[in-house]
Amino acid sequence: MLDTTREIEVPEGVELSLATAGLVSRSLAFMLDLLIRAIAIIIVNVILSFLGEFGVGLLFIIAFLVEWFYPVLFEVFNHGQTIGKKAMGIMVINDDGTPIDWSSSIVRNLLRFADFLPALFGFGVLSMLINKDFKRLGDLAAGTLVVHKRKLKDEKLSNDVDGLAPRFPLTLEEQSAVISFAERSNKMSEGRALELASYLSPWIEHGKKEQSNQNDALVLKRMAKWLRGHR
Amino acid sequence: MRQEEFEARYSEQWKKFEVQINLAEALRQNNEPAKNALAGFADNYRQLCYSLSIARERHYSPLLISRLEALAFRGHQSFYQKRLGIFQNIYHFILSGFPQAVRRHANYVWIASGLFYLPIIILFLLMLIFPDLIYMIVDPMTVTQIENMYDPAAERFGTERGSDSDFLMFGHYIRNNIGIAFQTFAGGILLTIGTQFFLLFNGFFFGAIAGHIYNIGYSETFFSFVIGHGAFELTGIVISGAAGLQIGWAVLSPGIYSRKQALVNAGKSAIQLVYGAIFLLLIAAFVEAFWSSTHMVTAQTKYWVGLAFWIIIFAYLTLLGRGKNQKLQVAK
Repeated sequence: MLDTTREIEVPEGVELSLATAGLVSRSLAFMLDLLIRAIAIIIVNVILSFLGEFGVGLLFIIAFLVEWFYPVLFEVFNHGQTIGKKAMGIMVINDDGTPIDWSSSIVRNLLRFADFLPALFGFGVLSMLINKDFKRLGDLAAGTLVVHKRKLKDEKLSNDVDGLAPRFPLTLEEQSAVISFAERSNKMSEGRALELASYLSPWIEHGKKEQSNQNDALVLKRMAKWLRGHR
Repeated sequence: MRQEEFEARYSEQWKKFEVQINLAEALRQNNEPAKNALAGFADNYRQLCYSLSIARERHYSPLLISRLEALAFRGHQSFYQKRLGIFQNIYHFILSGFPQAVRRHANYVWIASGLFYLPIIILFLLMLIFPDLIYMIVDPMTVTQIENMYDPAAERFGTERGSDSDFLMFGHYIRNNIGIAFQTFAGGILLTIGTQFFLLFNGFFFGAIAGHIYNIGYSETFFSFVIGHGAFELTGIVISGAAGLQIGWAVLSPGIYSRKQALVNAGKSAIQLVYGAIFLLLIAAFVEAFWSSTHMVTAQTKYWVGLAFWIIIFAYLTLLGRGKNQKLQVAK
Protein backbone atom coordinates (compact mmCIF):
# COMPACT_ATOMS: atom_id res chain seq x y z
CA MET A 1 0.00 0.00 0.00
CA LEU A 2 2.87 2.35 0.72
CA ASP A 3 4.69 1.26 -2.38
CA THR A 4 5.61 4.21 -4.52
CA THR A 5 6.52 2.51 -7.75
CA ARG A 6 4.47 2.57 -10.85
CA GLU A 7 4.77 -0.05 -13.59
CA ILE A 8 4.67 1.08 -17.18
CA GLU A 9 4.55 -1.51 -19.94
CA VAL A 10 6.36 -0.36 -23.05
CA PRO A 11 5.49 -1.56 -26.57
CA GLU A 12 8.52 -3.86 -26.55
CA GLY A 13 6.73 -5.96 -23.97
CA VAL A 14 8.87 -5.22 -20.92
CA GLU A 15 7.71 -3.43 -17.83
CA LEU A 16 9.62 -0.50 -16.46
CA SER A 17 9.10 0.27 -12.81
CA LEU A 18 9.36 3.95 -11.99
CA ALA A 19 9.57 5.47 -8.55
CA THR A 20 6.94 8.20 -8.28
CA ALA A 21 8.04 11.37 -6.53
CA GLY A 22 6.17 12.35 -3.39
CA LEU A 23 4.97 15.52 -1.77
CA VAL A 24 8.21 16.48 -0.04
CA SER A 25 10.65 16.24 -2.93
CA ARG A 26 8.18 17.96 -5.24
CA SER A 27 7.51 20.79 -2.78
CA LEU A 28 11.22 21.36 -2.30
CA ALA A 29 11.74 21.44 -6.06
CA PHE A 30 8.91 23.93 -6.38
CA MET A 31 10.30 26.18 -3.67
CA LEU A 32 13.73 26.15 -5.27
CA ASP A 33 12.17 27.10 -8.59
CA LEU A 34 10.21 29.86 -6.87
CA LEU A 35 13.42 31.26 -5.46
CA ILE A 36 15.16 31.11 -8.83
CA ARG A 37 12.23 32.82 -10.50
CA ALA A 38 12.19 35.58 -7.91
CA ILE A 39 15.92 36.18 -8.34
CA ALA A 40 15.57 36.22 -12.12
CA ILE A 41 12.78 38.80 -11.91
CA ILE A 42 14.81 40.99 -9.56
CA ILE A 43 17.82 40.90 -11.89
CA VAL A 44 15.67 41.71 -14.93
CA ASN A 45 14.04 44.48 -12.94
CA VAL A 46 17.39 46.08 -12.17
CA ILE A 47 18.54 45.88 -15.78
CA LEU A 48 15.30 47.20 -17.25
CA SER A 49 15.03 50.05 -14.78
CA PHE A 50 17.39 51.99 -17.06
CA LEU A 51 14.84 51.86 -19.87
CA GLY A 52 12.11 53.92 -18.25
CA GLU A 53 8.48 53.18 -19.06
CA PHE A 54 9.41 50.96 -21.98
CA GLY A 55 11.43 48.88 -19.52
CA VAL A 56 8.46 48.57 -17.16
CA GLY A 57 6.31 47.32 -20.04
CA LEU A 58 8.98 44.81 -20.94
CA LEU A 59 9.24 43.79 -17.29
CA PHE A 60 5.50 43.06 -17.19
CA ILE A 61 5.81 40.82 -20.23
CA ILE A 62 8.85 39.01 -18.87
CA ALA A 63 7.19 38.61 -15.48
CA PHE A 64 4.14 37.14 -17.20
CA LEU A 65 6.30 34.67 -19.13
CA VAL A 66 8.29 33.68 -16.04
CA GLU A 67 5.16 33.25 -13.94
CA TRP A 68 3.39 30.93 -16.36
CA PHE A 69 5.95 29.50 -18.77
CA TYR A 70 9.18 29.03 -16.81
CA PRO A 71 8.31 25.41 -15.97
CA VAL A 72 6.92 24.74 -19.45
CA LEU A 73 10.09 25.75 -21.27
CA PHE A 74 12.32 23.79 -18.89
CA GLU A 75 10.17 20.69 -18.95
CA VAL A 76 9.95 20.59 -22.73
CA PHE A 77 13.56 21.46 -23.53
CA ASN A 78 15.36 19.99 -20.52
CA HIS A 79 14.12 16.40 -20.44
CA GLY A 80 11.23 17.06 -18.08
CA GLN A 81 13.29 18.88 -15.47
CA THR A 82 13.14 22.43 -14.16
CA ILE A 83 16.19 23.56 -12.22
CA GLY A 84 14.47 22.69 -8.95
CA LYS A 85 13.43 19.26 -10.20
CA LYS A 86 16.94 18.58 -11.42
CA ALA A 87 18.32 19.46 -8.01
CA MET A 88 15.88 17.01 -6.41
CA GLY A 89 16.57 14.35 -9.03
CA ILE A 90 12.98 14.18 -10.24
CA MET A 91 11.45 14.59 -13.70
CA VAL A 92 8.05 14.90 -15.37
CA ILE A 93 7.00 12.36 -17.97
CA ASN A 94 3.79 11.44 -19.72
CA ASP A 95 1.73 8.65 -18.18
CA ASP A 96 2.99 6.22 -20.80
CA GLY A 97 6.63 6.96 -19.99
CA THR A 98 7.28 9.10 -23.05
CA PRO A 99 8.88 12.54 -22.69
CA ILE A 100 6.50 15.37 -21.88
CA ASP A 101 5.29 17.44 -24.86
CA TRP A 102 4.14 21.03 -25.23
CA SER A 103 0.43 20.61 -24.66
CA SER A 104 0.77 18.33 -21.62
CA SER A 105 3.30 20.64 -20.05
CA ILE A 106 1.18 23.73 -20.69
CA VAL A 107 -1.95 22.07 -19.29
CA ARG A 108 -0.23 20.92 -16.10
CA ASN A 109 1.42 24.27 -15.51
CA LEU A 110 -1.65 26.43 -16.21
CA LEU A 111 -3.67 24.24 -13.86
CA ARG A 112 -1.19 24.93 -11.07
CA PHE A 113 -3.48 27.88 -10.37
CA ALA A 114 -6.33 25.48 -9.55
CA ASP A 115 -3.96 23.44 -7.39
CA PHE A 116 -3.14 26.56 -5.46
CA LEU A 117 -6.79 27.15 -4.50
CA PRO A 118 -8.34 27.64 -2.00
CA ALA A 119 -5.03 28.65 -0.41
CA LEU A 120 -1.42 27.47 -0.32
CA PHE A 121 -1.91 24.60 -2.76
CA GLY A 122 -4.78 23.14 -0.74
CA PHE A 123 -6.40 21.28 -3.62
CA GLY A 124 -3.06 20.24 -5.05
CA VAL A 125 -1.86 18.71 -1.79
CA LEU A 126 -5.23 17.03 -1.22
CA SER A 127 -5.15 15.57 -4.71
CA MET A 128 -1.58 14.33 -4.26
CA LEU A 129 -2.40 12.63 -0.98
CA ILE A 130 -5.48 10.89 -2.38
CA ASN A 131 -3.89 9.79 -5.64
CA LYS A 132 -1.60 6.78 -5.56
CA ASP A 133 0.76 8.33 -8.08
CA PHE A 134 0.95 11.62 -6.13
CA LYS A 135 -0.70 13.53 -8.95
CA ARG A 136 -1.87 17.05 -8.42
CA LEU A 137 -4.86 18.32 -10.42
CA GLY A 138 -2.62 19.56 -13.21
CA ASP A 139 -1.03 16.12 -13.55
CA LEU A 140 -4.45 14.47 -13.66
CA ALA A 141 -5.64 16.69 -16.49
CA ALA A 142 -2.41 16.59 -18.45
CA GLY A 143 -1.83 12.86 -17.98
CA THR A 144 1.63 13.39 -16.55
CA LEU A 145 3.67 11.77 -13.81
CA VAL A 146 6.55 13.01 -11.70
CA VAL A 147 9.14 10.31 -11.07
CA HIS A 148 12.56 9.99 -9.53
CA LYS A 149 15.18 9.91 -12.20
CA ARG A 150 17.19 6.71 -12.20
CA LYS A 151 20.88 6.86 -11.77
CA LEU A 152 22.98 4.30 -13.54
CA LYS A 153 24.81 2.22 -11.01
CA ASP A 154 27.99 0.79 -12.32
CA GLU A 155 29.56 -1.09 -9.43
CA LYS A 156 31.20 -4.29 -10.50
CA LEU A 157 32.02 -7.26 -8.37
CA SER A 158 35.65 -7.28 -7.35
CA ASN A 159 37.66 -9.68 -9.40
CA ASP A 160 40.13 -10.68 -6.72
CA VAL A 161 38.11 -13.61 -5.41
CA ASP A 162 37.39 -16.91 -7.08
CA GLY A 163 34.10 -18.76 -7.08
CA LEU A 164 33.04 -21.09 -4.32
CA ALA A 165 30.16 -23.51 -4.67
CA PRO A 166 27.64 -23.49 -1.85
CA ARG A 167 27.33 -26.84 -0.10
CA PHE A 168 23.65 -27.26 -0.88
CA PRO A 169 21.37 -25.86 -3.61
CA LEU A 170 19.93 -22.42 -2.97
CA THR A 171 16.52 -21.23 -4.05
CA LEU A 172 16.35 -18.36 -6.56
CA GLU A 173 15.53 -15.88 -3.83
CA GLU A 174 18.45 -17.00 -1.71
CA GLN A 175 20.75 -16.80 -4.70
CA SER A 176 19.72 -13.27 -5.50
CA ALA A 177 20.08 -12.28 -1.84
CA VAL A 178 23.64 -13.54 -1.79
CA ILE A 179 24.45 -11.79 -5.07
CA SER A 180 22.98 -8.49 -3.99
CA PHE A 181 24.92 -8.69 -0.75
CA ALA A 182 28.11 -9.11 -2.74
CA GLU A 183 27.21 -6.27 -5.07
CA ARG A 184 26.40 -3.90 -2.29
CA SER A 185 29.16 -4.91 0.09
CA ASN A 186 31.70 -2.50 -1.42
CA LYS A 187 29.35 0.36 -0.54
CA MET A 188 29.35 -0.47 3.16
CA SER A 189 32.07 -0.50 5.74
CA GLU A 190 33.88 -3.75 6.37
CA GLY A 191 32.49 -3.96 9.86
CA ARG A 192 28.94 -3.64 8.61
CA ALA A 193 29.52 -6.26 5.91
CA LEU A 194 30.89 -8.67 8.53
CA GLU A 195 28.00 -7.94 10.84
CA LEU A 196 25.45 -8.70 8.13
CA ALA A 197 27.29 -11.80 7.01
CA SER A 198 27.56 -13.04 10.57
CA TYR A 199 23.79 -13.66 10.62
CA LEU A 200 24.51 -16.44 8.17
CA SER A 201 27.53 -17.60 10.08
CA PRO A 202 26.13 -20.94 11.31
CA TRP A 203 25.10 -21.74 7.79
CA ILE A 204 28.38 -20.73 6.21
CA GLU A 205 30.27 -22.86 8.77
CA HIS A 206 30.07 -25.86 6.43
CA GLY A 207 32.35 -24.32 3.88
CA LYS A 208 34.63 -22.77 6.39
CA LYS A 209 36.49 -25.84 7.54
CA GLU A 210 38.78 -25.95 4.52
CA GLN A 211 39.63 -22.24 4.45
CA SER A 212 39.62 -21.40 8.11
CA ASN A 213 41.26 -18.00 7.67
CA GLN A 214 38.34 -16.57 5.69
CA ASN A 215 35.65 -14.39 7.17
CA ASP A 216 31.96 -14.84 6.52
CA ALA A 217 31.63 -11.85 4.20
CA LEU A 218 34.37 -13.09 1.93
CA VAL A 219 32.78 -16.53 1.71
CA LEU A 220 29.50 -14.94 0.70
CA LYS A 221 31.24 -12.89 -1.95
CA ARG A 222 32.90 -15.97 -3.35
CA MET A 223 29.58 -17.78 -3.44
CA ALA A 224 28.06 -14.84 -5.28
CA LYS A 225 30.86 -15.10 -7.79
CA TRP A 226 30.10 -18.75 -8.28
CA LEU A 227 26.38 -18.13 -8.55
CA ARG A 228 26.92 -15.53 -11.22
CA GLY A 229 28.64 -18.16 -13.29
CA HIS A 230 32.29 -17.90 -12.39
CA ARG A 231 33.72 -21.35 -11.79
CA MET B 1 23.20 -19.37 -18.83
CA ARG B 2 24.93 -17.94 -15.78
CA GLN B 3 24.80 -14.24 -15.16
CA GLU B 4 28.45 -13.69 -15.89
CA GLU B 5 28.29 -15.38 -19.25
CA PHE B 6 25.14 -13.43 -20.01
CA GLU B 7 26.82 -10.15 -19.12
CA ALA B 8 29.93 -11.05 -21.06
CA ARG B 9 27.92 -11.89 -24.11
CA TYR B 10 25.77 -8.77 -24.21
CA SER B 11 27.65 -6.04 -22.38
CA GLU B 12 29.29 -4.84 -25.61
CA GLN B 13 25.85 -4.24 -27.12
CA TRP B 14 24.59 -2.50 -24.01
CA LYS B 15 27.59 -0.21 -23.99
CA LYS B 16 27.07 0.63 -27.64
CA PHE B 17 23.45 1.40 -26.97
CA GLU B 18 24.32 3.59 -24.00
CA VAL B 19 26.61 5.65 -26.23
CA GLN B 20 23.78 6.04 -28.73
CA ILE B 21 21.34 7.14 -26.02
CA ASN B 22 23.76 9.74 -24.74
CA LEU B 23 24.08 11.01 -28.28
CA ALA B 24 20.33 11.00 -28.90
CA GLU B 25 19.63 12.87 -25.66
CA ALA B 26 22.17 15.57 -26.44
CA LEU B 27 20.79 15.95 -29.94
CA ARG B 28 18.40 18.77 -30.76
CA GLN B 29 18.33 18.82 -34.53
CA ASN B 30 18.80 16.27 -37.26
CA ASN B 31 22.30 16.22 -38.57
CA GLU B 32 23.98 13.75 -40.87
CA PRO B 33 26.91 12.42 -38.82
CA ALA B 34 24.61 11.86 -35.86
CA LYS B 35 22.17 9.97 -38.06
CA ASN B 36 24.92 7.53 -39.01
CA ALA B 37 26.01 7.12 -35.42
CA LEU B 38 22.42 6.37 -34.47
CA ALA B 39 21.98 3.67 -37.12
CA GLY B 40 20.59 0.53 -35.54
CA PHE B 41 19.22 2.38 -32.51
CA ALA B 42 15.88 0.61 -32.77
CA ASP B 43 17.47 -2.84 -33.03
CA ASN B 44 19.73 -2.16 -30.09
CA TYR B 45 16.81 -0.88 -28.05
CA ARG B 46 14.77 -3.97 -28.79
CA GLN B 47 17.74 -6.15 -27.93
CA LEU B 48 18.10 -4.33 -24.63
CA CYS B 49 14.44 -4.87 -23.76
CA TYR B 50 14.92 -8.52 -24.62
CA SER B 51 17.95 -8.72 -22.32
CA LEU B 52 15.97 -7.05 -19.57
CA SER B 53 13.13 -9.55 -19.73
CA ILE B 54 15.55 -12.46 -19.77
CA ALA B 55 17.42 -11.02 -16.80
CA ARG B 56 14.14 -10.68 -14.90
CA GLU B 57 12.90 -14.12 -15.85
CA ARG B 58 16.15 -15.77 -14.70
CA HIS B 59 16.29 -13.74 -11.49
CA TYR B 60 19.65 -12.25 -12.26
CA SER B 61 20.96 -9.84 -9.71
CA PRO B 62 18.92 -6.72 -8.86
CA LEU B 63 21.87 -4.52 -9.75
CA LEU B 64 22.02 -5.82 -13.29
CA ILE B 65 18.25 -5.56 -13.67
CA SER B 66 18.10 -2.01 -12.41
CA ARG B 67 20.95 -1.04 -14.69
CA LEU B 68 19.15 -2.49 -17.70
CA GLU B 69 15.89 -0.88 -16.59
CA ALA B 70 17.52 2.53 -16.41
CA LEU B 71 18.87 2.07 -19.92
CA ALA B 72 15.51 0.82 -21.19
CA PHE B 73 13.72 3.82 -19.69
CA ARG B 74 16.08 6.26 -21.35
CA GLY B 75 15.81 4.35 -24.60
CA HIS B 76 12.03 4.47 -24.36
CA GLN B 77 12.11 8.22 -23.73
CA SER B 78 14.37 8.84 -26.71
CA PHE B 79 12.60 6.45 -29.04
CA TYR B 80 9.02 7.48 -28.39
CA GLN B 81 9.35 11.23 -28.05
CA LYS B 82 6.88 13.29 -30.00
CA ARG B 83 7.90 15.85 -32.54
CA LEU B 84 7.66 19.23 -30.89
CA GLY B 85 5.97 20.92 -33.79
CA ILE B 86 3.71 23.61 -32.37
CA PHE B 87 5.68 26.48 -33.79
CA GLN B 88 5.65 25.09 -37.32
CA ASN B 89 1.92 24.59 -36.96
CA ILE B 90 1.05 28.04 -35.64
CA TYR B 91 0.25 29.31 -39.11
CA HIS B 92 -2.21 26.49 -39.82
CA PHE B 93 -3.60 26.70 -36.34
CA ILE B 94 -4.50 30.37 -36.71
CA LEU B 95 -5.85 30.02 -40.21
CA SER B 96 -7.98 26.94 -39.66
CA GLY B 97 -7.29 24.90 -36.54
CA PHE B 98 -8.48 27.44 -34.01
CA PRO B 99 -11.79 28.45 -35.68
CA GLN B 100 -12.48 24.76 -36.21
CA ALA B 101 -11.83 24.02 -32.56
CA VAL B 102 -14.19 26.81 -31.52
CA ARG B 103 -16.94 25.45 -33.76
CA ARG B 104 -16.29 21.89 -32.59
CA HIS B 105 -16.89 23.05 -29.02
CA ALA B 106 -19.61 25.54 -29.91
CA ASN B 107 -21.82 24.37 -27.04
CA TYR B 108 -19.18 25.24 -24.43
CA VAL B 109 -18.50 28.56 -26.15
CA TRP B 110 -22.21 29.45 -26.06
CA ILE B 111 -22.55 28.52 -22.40
CA ALA B 112 -19.45 30.52 -21.52
CA SER B 113 -20.81 33.45 -23.53
CA GLY B 114 -24.04 33.25 -21.58
CA LEU B 115 -22.21 33.13 -18.25
CA PHE B 116 -20.25 36.22 -19.23
CA TYR B 117 -22.57 38.41 -21.30
CA LEU B 118 -25.83 37.83 -19.41
CA PRO B 119 -24.42 39.28 -16.16
CA ILE B 120 -23.13 42.26 -18.15
CA ILE B 121 -26.56 42.95 -19.62
CA ILE B 122 -28.42 42.29 -16.36
CA LEU B 123 -26.12 44.49 -14.32
CA PHE B 124 -26.17 47.25 -16.92
CA LEU B 125 -29.98 47.33 -16.87
CA LEU B 126 -30.09 47.14 -13.08
CA MET B 127 -27.68 50.04 -12.88
CA LEU B 128 -30.07 52.17 -14.91
CA ILE B 129 -32.76 51.55 -12.30
CA PHE B 130 -30.60 51.54 -9.15
CA PRO B 131 -27.53 53.73 -9.81
CA ASP B 132 -26.21 53.28 -6.26
CA LEU B 133 -25.80 49.55 -6.82
CA ILE B 134 -22.29 50.29 -8.10
CA TYR B 135 -21.04 50.83 -4.55
CA MET B 136 -22.21 47.38 -3.52
CA ILE B 137 -20.26 45.68 -6.31
CA VAL B 138 -17.18 47.85 -6.76
CA ASP B 139 -15.39 49.51 -3.90
CA PRO B 140 -15.63 53.35 -3.87
CA MET B 141 -11.90 53.85 -4.41
CA THR B 142 -11.96 51.88 -7.64
CA VAL B 143 -15.11 53.70 -8.74
CA THR B 144 -13.41 57.07 -8.31
CA GLN B 145 -10.36 55.81 -10.15
CA ILE B 146 -12.42 54.64 -13.07
CA GLU B 147 -14.41 57.86 -13.12
CA ASN B 148 -11.19 59.85 -13.39
CA MET B 149 -9.93 57.56 -16.12
CA TYR B 150 -12.87 58.20 -18.39
CA ASP B 151 -13.62 61.79 -17.44
CA PRO B 152 -13.94 63.60 -20.79
CA ALA B 153 -12.63 66.75 -19.14
CA ALA B 154 -9.52 65.04 -17.86
CA GLU B 155 -6.30 66.37 -19.19
CA ARG B 156 -4.98 62.95 -20.07
CA PHE B 157 -7.47 62.57 -22.84
CA GLY B 158 -6.43 65.81 -24.41
CA THR B 159 -2.79 64.94 -24.88
CA GLU B 160 -1.32 62.02 -26.71
CA ARG B 161 0.43 59.41 -24.60
CA GLY B 162 4.04 58.64 -25.59
CA SER B 163 4.83 55.37 -27.27
CA ASP B 164 6.86 54.32 -24.21
CA SER B 165 3.77 54.58 -22.04
CA ASP B 166 1.83 52.70 -24.69
CA PHE B 167 4.32 49.88 -24.40
CA LEU B 168 4.07 49.94 -20.62
CA MET B 169 0.32 49.48 -20.91
CA PHE B 170 0.84 46.74 -23.53
CA GLY B 171 2.94 44.78 -21.06
CA HIS B 172 0.41 45.40 -18.30
CA TYR B 173 -2.51 44.19 -20.43
CA ILE B 174 -0.66 41.05 -21.48
CA ARG B 175 0.20 40.10 -17.94
CA ASN B 176 -3.18 41.01 -16.51
CA ASN B 177 -5.60 39.83 -19.18
CA ILE B 178 -3.88 36.61 -20.20
CA GLY B 179 -3.40 35.85 -16.52
CA ILE B 180 -7.17 36.21 -15.99
CA ALA B 181 -7.80 33.97 -18.99
CA PHE B 182 -5.49 31.30 -17.56
CA GLN B 183 -7.21 31.48 -14.19
CA THR B 184 -10.60 31.21 -15.84
CA PHE B 185 -9.42 28.09 -17.65
CA ALA B 186 -7.68 26.49 -14.68
CA GLY B 187 -10.64 27.02 -12.35
CA GLY B 188 -12.66 24.74 -14.61
CA ILE B 189 -11.08 21.58 -13.25
CA LEU B 190 -12.93 22.21 -9.99
CA LEU B 191 -16.11 20.78 -11.53
CA THR B 192 -16.45 23.95 -13.68
CA ILE B 193 -17.07 26.02 -10.55
CA GLY B 194 -13.92 28.14 -10.82
CA THR B 195 -14.60 29.01 -14.45
CA GLN B 196 -18.20 29.91 -13.69
CA PHE B 197 -17.07 32.11 -10.84
CA PHE B 198 -14.54 34.05 -12.93
CA LEU B 199 -16.94 34.49 -15.87
CA LEU B 200 -19.82 35.63 -13.69
CA PHE B 201 -17.65 37.83 -11.51
CA ASN B 202 -15.99 39.61 -14.43
CA GLY B 203 -19.36 39.91 -16.16
CA PHE B 204 -21.00 41.52 -13.14
CA PHE B 205 -18.03 43.82 -12.63
CA PHE B 206 -17.89 44.98 -16.22
CA GLY B 207 -21.67 45.40 -16.44
CA ALA B 208 -21.70 47.48 -13.27
CA ILE B 209 -18.88 49.73 -14.49
CA ALA B 210 -20.47 50.19 -17.90
CA GLY B 211 -23.81 51.06 -16.30
CA HIS B 212 -22.21 53.52 -13.91
CA ILE B 213 -20.24 55.24 -16.68
CA TYR B 214 -23.47 55.55 -18.67
CA ASN B 215 -25.28 56.99 -15.66
CA ILE B 216 -22.72 59.70 -15.07
CA GLY B 217 -22.57 60.59 -18.74
CA TYR B 218 -19.01 59.56 -19.67
CA SER B 219 -20.27 57.17 -22.31
CA GLU B 220 -18.33 58.44 -25.26
CA THR B 221 -14.83 58.23 -23.77
CA PHE B 222 -15.60 54.83 -22.23
CA PHE B 223 -17.36 53.01 -25.02
CA SER B 224 -15.15 54.35 -27.79
CA PHE B 225 -12.21 53.09 -25.73
CA VAL B 226 -13.65 49.67 -24.98
CA ILE B 227 -15.28 48.71 -28.26
CA GLY B 228 -12.09 48.15 -30.26
CA HIS B 229 -10.07 45.76 -28.14
CA GLY B 230 -13.23 44.39 -26.53
CA ALA B 231 -13.86 42.35 -29.66
CA PHE B 232 -10.69 40.37 -29.04
CA GLU B 233 -10.48 40.58 -25.27
CA LEU B 234 -14.03 39.57 -24.37
CA THR B 235 -13.97 36.81 -26.99
CA GLY B 236 -10.65 35.58 -25.66
CA ILE B 237 -11.97 35.45 -22.09
CA VAL B 238 -15.13 33.64 -23.21
CA ILE B 239 -13.11 31.06 -25.14
CA SER B 240 -10.76 30.38 -22.25
CA GLY B 241 -13.91 29.97 -20.15
CA ALA B 242 -15.22 27.47 -22.70
CA ALA B 243 -11.97 25.52 -22.31
CA GLY B 244 -12.38 25.51 -18.52
CA LEU B 245 -15.99 24.34 -18.78
CA GLN B 246 -14.86 21.53 -21.05
CA ILE B 247 -12.38 20.03 -18.58
CA GLY B 248 -14.77 20.46 -15.66
CA TRP B 249 -17.58 18.81 -17.58
CA ALA B 250 -15.31 15.87 -18.43
CA VAL B 251 -14.96 15.22 -14.69
CA LEU B 252 -18.69 15.63 -14.05
CA SER B 253 -19.88 13.62 -17.01
CA PRO B 254 -17.13 11.40 -18.41
CA GLY B 255 -19.40 9.42 -20.75
CA ILE B 256 -17.90 6.14 -21.96
CA TYR B 257 -14.46 6.85 -20.56
CA SER B 258 -13.14 6.58 -17.05
CA ARG B 259 -13.20 9.94 -15.30
CA LYS B 260 -9.41 10.07 -15.44
CA GLN B 261 -9.23 9.31 -19.14
CA ALA B 262 -12.07 11.71 -19.96
CA LEU B 263 -10.21 14.46 -18.14
CA VAL B 264 -6.98 13.79 -20.04
CA ASN B 265 -8.86 13.78 -23.36
CA ALA B 266 -10.66 17.00 -22.50
CA GLY B 267 -7.38 18.61 -21.45
CA LYS B 268 -5.79 17.77 -24.79
CA SER B 269 -8.65 19.30 -26.74
CA ALA B 270 -9.32 22.25 -24.41
CA ILE B 271 -5.73 23.43 -24.63
CA GLN B 272 -6.39 24.24 -28.30
CA LEU B 273 -8.97 26.77 -27.17
CA VAL B 274 -6.49 28.19 -24.65
CA TYR B 275 -3.86 28.65 -27.38
CA GLY B 276 -6.48 30.48 -29.41
CA ALA B 277 -7.47 32.63 -26.45
CA ILE B 278 -3.82 33.60 -25.96
CA PHE B 279 -3.68 34.61 -29.63
CA LEU B 280 -6.81 36.77 -29.31
CA LEU B 281 -5.65 38.35 -26.05
CA LEU B 282 -2.29 39.27 -27.55
CA ILE B 283 -4.12 41.12 -30.30
CA ALA B 284 -6.40 42.67 -27.69
CA ALA B 285 -3.45 43.93 -25.64
CA PHE B 286 -1.89 45.42 -28.73
CA VAL B 287 -5.09 47.14 -29.84
CA GLU B 288 -5.84 48.34 -26.31
CA ALA B 289 -2.39 49.82 -25.83
CA PHE B 290 -1.79 51.39 -29.22
CA TRP B 291 -5.22 52.02 -30.73
CA SER B 292 -7.94 52.32 -28.11
CA SER B 293 -6.07 55.04 -26.21
CA THR B 294 -5.15 57.16 -29.20
CA HIS B 295 -6.64 60.62 -29.66
CA MET B 296 -5.63 61.12 -33.23
CA VAL B 297 -9.05 59.88 -34.36
CA THR B 298 -12.56 60.83 -33.32
CA ALA B 299 -14.81 58.67 -31.20
CA GLN B 300 -16.92 58.17 -34.29
CA THR B 301 -14.02 56.52 -36.13
CA LYS B 302 -13.33 54.30 -33.15
CA TYR B 303 -16.92 53.09 -33.13
CA TRP B 304 -16.74 52.15 -36.78
CA VAL B 305 -13.37 50.44 -36.46
CA GLY B 306 -14.58 48.68 -33.32
CA LEU B 307 -17.64 47.46 -35.16
CA ALA B 308 -15.37 46.23 -37.95
CA PHE B 309 -13.28 44.32 -35.38
CA TRP B 310 -16.40 42.60 -34.04
CA ILE B 311 -17.47 41.61 -37.53
CA ILE B 312 -13.97 40.37 -38.31
CA ILE B 313 -13.75 38.23 -35.18
CA PHE B 314 -17.21 36.80 -35.77
CA ALA B 315 -16.44 36.01 -39.41
CA TYR B 316 -13.05 34.59 -38.45
CA LEU B 317 -14.50 32.15 -35.94
CA THR B 318 -17.48 31.12 -38.05
CA LEU B 319 -16.06 31.02 -41.57
CA LEU B 320 -12.37 30.19 -41.58
CA GLY B 321 -11.12 26.66 -41.99
CA ARG B 322 -14.25 25.24 -43.54
CA GLY B 323 -13.83 22.80 -46.42
CA LYS B 324 -11.55 19.89 -47.15
CA ASN B 325 -8.86 21.03 -44.75
CA GLN B 326 -11.20 20.29 -41.88
CA LYS B 327 -11.22 16.51 -42.34
CA LEU B 328 -7.47 16.49 -42.27
CA GLN B 329 -7.37 18.36 -38.98
CA VAL B 330 -9.89 16.14 -37.30
CA ALA B 331 -8.13 13.00 -38.49
CA LYS B 332 -4.93 14.24 -36.95
